[in-house]
Amino acid sequence: MSREMLDNFDQRRRRNATMFTLTAVFTAVSLTLLFAILGYIAFHGISAISFNFFTKLPVPLGETGGGIANSIVGSAKVVGLACVMGLPVGILGAVYLAEFGDNKIGFAIRYCADVLNGVPSIVMGIFAYTVVVLSMGHFSAFSGSVALALIMVPLVLRTAEEFIRLVPGSIREAALALGISQWKVILRVVLPTAARGIMTGAILAVSRISGETAPLIFTAFGNRFWDAGMMNPIATLPHTIFTYAIAPYDDWHRQAWAAALILMLVVLIGNVTARILMKTDRGAAH
Amino acid sequence: MSIQLQDKSEVEARSPAAPPRPLRSLRPKERAGDRVFRYLVLAFGLSVIVMAAAMLYELTRNSLLTWKAFGPKFLVTSTWDPVQEIYGALPFIYGTLVSSALALLMAVPLGVGSAIFLAELAPRKISNACTFFIELLAAIPSVILGLMGIFVLVPFVAKVEPFFIKHLGFLPFFAGNPYGVGLFTAALILTIMILPYITSISRDVILSVPTPLKEAAFGLGATHWEVVRLVTLPFSRAGIMGSIFLALGRALGETMAVTMVIGNVPKISASLFDPSYTMAAVIANEFAEATSDEYVHALIAIGLVLFGITVIVNGVARLLIYKTGSATSQKAS
Repeated sequence: MSREMLDNFDQRRRRNATMFTLTAVFTAVSLTLLFAILGYIAFHGISAISFNFFTKLPVPLGETGGGIANSIVGSAKVVGLACVMGLPVGILGAVYLAEFGDNKIGFAIRYCADVLNGVPSIVMGIFAYTVVVLSMGHFSAFSGSVALALIMVPLVLRTAEEFIRLVPGSIREAALALGISQWKVILRVVLPTAARGIMTGAILAVSRISGETAPLIFTAFGNRFWDAGMMNPIATLPHTIFTYAIAPYDDWHRQAWAAALILMLVVLIGNVTARILMKTDRGAAH
Repeated sequence: MSIQLQDKSEVEARSPAAPPRPLRSLRPKERAGDRVFRYLVLAFGLSVIVMAAAMLYELTRNSLLTWKAFGPKFLVTSTWDPVQEIYGALPFIYGTLVSSALALLMAVPLGVGSAIFLAELAPRKISNACTFFIELLAAIPSVILGLMGIFVLVPFVAKVEPFFIKHLGFLPFFAGNPYGVGLFTAALILTIMILPYITSISRDVILSVPTPLKEAAFGLGATHWEVVRLVTLPFSRAGIMGSIFLALGRALGETMAVTMVIGNVPKISASLFDPSYTMAAVIANEFAEATSDEYVHALIAIGLVLFGITVIVNGVARLLIYKTGSATSQKAS
């Protein structure tokens, strides 16, 4: 410290200016990256989007045109079923963490959820494969939903916990003072109060899993046709982008850009909405 | 069910054998319905622990063939030949570690630098807006970055590489051919993906440094940068390290974008410009087409290694972040 302090004052001020300029440049680089990526995808995607793109099935190889209607519907189905399975588990687990979880078990659950959040989604996919695909004997939309639900649970668990904790203690006490049993207070008073926050957490989780590709490759697998149920292989938007991007056909590349634009819009709108809501909610509670 | 339990607990409460309740407890006795509810939500909470244990079990059980056939040698041999049924995971482990390390090398200065700017210099409103946008980078699905990688980054790198090969080709890292795909390109994409984690969490950690500490250094005549270097950064070291570990965890497991640009050749080469392969990428590429049980087991064995590494890295990351005590866990998810 001393050596530095004794240096020439001008030199120290110059270093100060240089370093902070550098940090500003770094920030600018990060922001530029984001806008360059978003802009590029928007630019390439828009030119490939048409009405057919949303309503038609993929055409046989060699023909141009066609759409990815089955992938869009497929994604919605797989993500929807994942929500049905993942959200209740995550939210009820969060009730434990927020209401009873200030102990060692709570810490263990929280820690485990945080670590699972960092486990690669492809590993979740293998797990879903060994549990669902191997026992069913074939790829299916259902197994894809299981994989996505597994990714969703630890995510929802942590966001929902935060918002249940934000419910003021006075509201709980007021209800308890009326002689209502605790479980009814939680289900009828605390959870409805936290509902908005829990919803935003859910939107965030949905936007995250909508973009997941890796675990779907060997669970939902992909399909070039319509499929009505959940028990057969199904096309999903991110997986279609992957297949189209690595294929050697120009028309497929064009459609990959369009599909990427749609996926990006869905994911970003969900993400931005959730985070804006979250910010206002957190702000209001503090 | 719950009524039955209620009756039972009431009987127990009235029976003379029940120990007297301590007088100082102001909490009312937990009603049976409440207890059932508490255990019910506990079960849902414990589901994540069950999930982690079940994953470990399933991944182990379904990779036994590989461990039996090759043992620990699986991790250190580098032949990957599904036709001959010979499997060694070293090229994938190498590719994963090197691409992640390279990405950290670029993302850490960029991320921590941005965090310093956002926390120390930028006005709060601008800082919040910038952080919001930088965090948005993390929301872009990996497959979309991969698409950008294939059609923008790979051609770009293929143009840049000859320059390095020409002038720095005497170094083994920069030898080879300008394919465009390879470790270096994968590291570039990974940098974009992990940057938001480092920036966002480091910024929160730096913002939580107590002002009096910084004011003390200012009072001694330090310049703002000296305060950052001698007070802020040492104070927030644990949290920044946590963010770096978290980013490392992401980089190790990142699948789609890497698969699309790394070239997918299971070969260890000193050159950063040569095609390579990662653990996640080989699973993504070959799993759906793996025909024999041995092949599937070898791929799941790689999955198990990946699971183990990411659990350890994230475990350390979380402990470091908890240690700083700031409420950053949300952002990380």
